[in-house]
Amino acid sequence: MTGADWSESLPITANDDVVRARQAVRALAQECRLSLVDQTKLVTAASELARNTLVHGGGGTMRAALVESGVRRGVRVAFEDSGPGIPDLDLALTDGWTSGSGLGLGLSGSRRLVDEFTIDTRPGHGTTVTIVKWAR
Amino acid sequence: MSERVPVLRIGDVLLVSIQTDLDDQAVLNLQEDLAAEVVDTGARGVVIDITAVDIVDSFVGRMLATIASISRMLDAETVVVGMRPAVAITLVELGLSLGGVRTALTLEKGLRLLERSRAATERGPGGWSDPATR
Repeated sequence: MTGADWSESLPITANDDVVRARQAVRALAQECRLSLVDQTKLVTAASELARNTLVHGGGGTMRAALVESGVRRGVRVAFEDSGPGIPDLDLALTDGWTSGSGLGLGLSGSRRLVDEFTIDTRPGHGTTVTIVKWAR
Repeated sequence: MSERVPVLRIGDVLLVSIQTDLDDQAVLNLQEDLAAEVVDTGARGVVIDITAVDIVDSFVGRMLATIASISRMLDAETVVVGMRPAVAITLVELGLSLGGVRTALTLEKGLRLLERSRAATERGPGGWSDPATR
């Protein structure tokens, strides 16, 4: 997927950007006709990841778009920062492990809420988390 | 500037109804405002209405648990009312079961829960028939 395929692009540099990120993802989830439970899961995952981008990545960008694969339709959202990266990904994906003052559910919990979850992280260069939720 | 959620007082119960999508700072403000109000008013109960809330992520979930703990320490009981089914499903899958938070399906049931638990506390551990208090 190239950059041109994203229909939404939002900076995430302050608390209210996290609110805007949730609203943008909700609008796409509704457009995609995800069920109410799936909308709720996707928006919750997006909220966790947007907060990670802000708090751990030092800010970044959210991109989102409707995607199609065969007859399936879904919503893809990517969170990109150029922060410190995640040195130990397995540890970061463990429930309850936290590098800050949170509950340690952001990454591990949001992974459970979506259908596809990929992390591309390079220590010192930044992190990109991409999620997809498919309509059932 | 993050908004502040109004805290209403009905008798000795404080009522907060979250009506908008709050940013994290507004969530923290609410936590502090409620703790201060519990002490200022001597409230015995706190009801947080989340009927209008369409997602509860780990930050808001933690706030609900923290408010329950803080108010318990300040001699007040907290009930979260109006959680939507999709929110409950998502919270459990996220890994947050909000174990220490009392919930009720509606505001009315939440208020009744507070009344009942107040009555039970006032009777004391021995209940009505405790010979020491008769």
